[in-house]
Amino acid sequence: MSVRPTQAIRFKGRSYFSLTISPELPLADWMARLDGWLERSPGFFSRNAVILDVRDLALDRSGFMGLLEGLRGRGIRVLGVEGADPAWAGADLPPFMPAGKDVRTPESEPAEQGGESAKAAAAAPKPETGWAAPLYIDTPVRSGQCVLHPEGDIIITGSVASGAEVIAAGSIHVYGALRGRAMAGAYGDESARIFCRSLEAELIAVNGMYQTADEIDPALRKKPAQVRLRHGMMVVAKFD
Amino acid sequence: MAKVLVVTSGKGGVGKTTSTAALGAALAQSGQKVAVVAFDFGLRNLDLVMGAERRVVFDFINVAQGDANLSQALIRDKRVDTLYLLAASQTRDKDALTEEGVKRVIDELRERFDWVICDSPAGIERGATLAMRYADTAIVIANPEVSSVRDSDRIIGLLDSKTLKAESGEGMEKHLLLTRYDPARAARGEMLSVEDVLEILSIPLLGIIPESQDVLKASNVGAPVSINATSSAAAAAYIDAARRLCGVPVPMTRPSEKVSLFGRFFGRRAA
Repeated sequence: MSVRPTQAIRFKGRSYFSLTISPELPLADWMARLDGWLERSPGFFSRNAVILDVRDLALDRSGFMGLLEGLRGRGIRVLGVEGADPAWAGADLPPFMPAGKDVRTPESEPAEQGGESAKAAAAAPKPETGWAAPLYIDTPVRSGQCVLHPEGDIIITGSVASGAEVIAAGSIHVYGALRGRAMAGAYGDESARIFCRSLEAELIAVNGMYQTADEIDPALRKKPAQVRLRHGMMVVAKFD
Repeated sequence: MAKVLVVTSGKGGVGKTTSTAALGAALAQSGQKVAVVAFDFGLRNLDLVMGAERRVVFDFINVAQGDANLSQALIRDKRVDTLYLLAASQTRDKDALTEEGVKRVIDELRERFDWVICDSPAGIERGATLAMRYADTAIVIANPEVSSVRDSDRIIGLLDSKTLKAESGEGMEKHLLLTRYDPARAARGEMLSVEDVLEILSIPLLGIIPESQDVLKASNVGAPVSINATSSAAAAAYIDAARRLCGVPVPMTRPSEKVSLFGRFFGRRAA
C-alpha cells in the first residue's frame, strides 16, 4: 500500500453571491408566473443557478420533490435548498444549506426584475474589515459541541473538551485547556491567532492550514501557547 | 411534589443501574417514598438488580399506552416498603414510546413519590434523551478512565441542550458520582485522579464510590448494594451520597488504599 503524502491541504472560506427563489402556494399558480417570466427572459436562468427557499412553504416530501422536478424540467439549475426538512435530504438532491444573509441586489441585474420575488442571498459572509463583537462563552465547551462565530473572535473563559470544535472567523482565545479542535481565521483571515492556557488540542488550524496533535511539538503540550501563521507557515510557540 | 433524578453516563457499564438501585434504596431507608424507573427498554436490567424480575406483570410501556394503571405496574420492594420499581419492557423497545407518554407517567409518579429516579440506558440516542428530558436533576456517573470521562462530558452537553430544564433557560442541576474508583491504581497513575476528572467535567462532586466486589455479589442476589452489604465501603459511600442529595453536608471521604502492617514493612508487592 502506498504512503499518502502528509502535506496539508488548503481549504478556505469564500463568499459567493446567488439569487434565491421563494415559491408561494398554490404551486401551480406560481409555476404559471414562472413560465411567464421564462417567456420574457428565456436566457435568465441559464446564466444564473439559484437557491431554492422553501422556508415558510407548507409542503410535504412529495410536493417538494414535485417542485424540484418542475424546476429541473424548465432548465432551472438549483444550487442548494434552504429551509427544507433535513429528513428529505439525499445524495441525488441539491445540498441543503443553512440560512443565507440578504444583501441588496447589484445594479448590473437585468431590468426585468420587477414582477418576481427574487431575493439575493450571500452564500457565506465576507470577512468584515470593521469591528465585530466577539462571542463570549463562559461555560465549558462540552464534547460534541460545535461553536461557530463567522463574524469575529471567540473568547472562552473555560476549557474546550476533547471532541468539541471551535470555529471562528477571527482569533480564538481559550482561558483554560484547549483539548478539542480550534480553527481560527476560518473565513480567509491569515492574521488570526489561537491562544490557550494549556495546549492539548486534537487539531489547530489558521485559515485552512492545520496541524494535528501528532504534529505539534511535544514540548508544548499542556503549556500556554500561541498559534499563528508566519509567511503562510504555522508557528506554534510557548506563550508566557 | 417529587424531585425527578436521571442517572446517566453516556458510556455503558459504569454503574448507572447499580447506583440507581443503591441510591434509591438508601433514600427509601431514610423514610422517603422512592420510585426507581427503568428506561432501558428492550434490555431491562434494573429489575434484576432490584430482585424483582419474577414479579413483573406490567411495565412502563403498558402504563404509557394506557394498558395498565400505575398502581398495577409499580412493584413494591420486599425489604424496604417505601421503595417501588417501575420496570422496563423486554419485548418492546424505545420506538414504542412517545414523549407525551413518558411525560404522563413521570407526572403521575411525581404526585405519588418524594423521589423519582430514572435509570437511563447507555448511549446518546432516544432512550437516553427520553430518560433525561423531564428530569430536575442529573447524576452523571463516570469511571476515572478517559473514555468514560469523555462520554460523560458529551452527556453533560446533552443535559444542557435536550432537556426541558435547558430549553426553558433554567439549566439542569448536575452532580458527579465517580464510581469504581481504585485508589491503588490512581496512585500508580493507571487511573485518572479525582482532580483530573473534576477539572475535565467541571460539575460538583456528589460522591466517590470505591471499586468493590460487593457490587457484583449484590446484583447476583438481586439486592441493591446499600441494602445487601451495608458494612462495605461502597454501600457506605452510596449512603453518604444519598444524604448529600437530601442536603446534609457530609464530608467527602476519599477511599484510600488500606495498607496492612506487613505491607508497610515490606513495601509494594511485586507486579
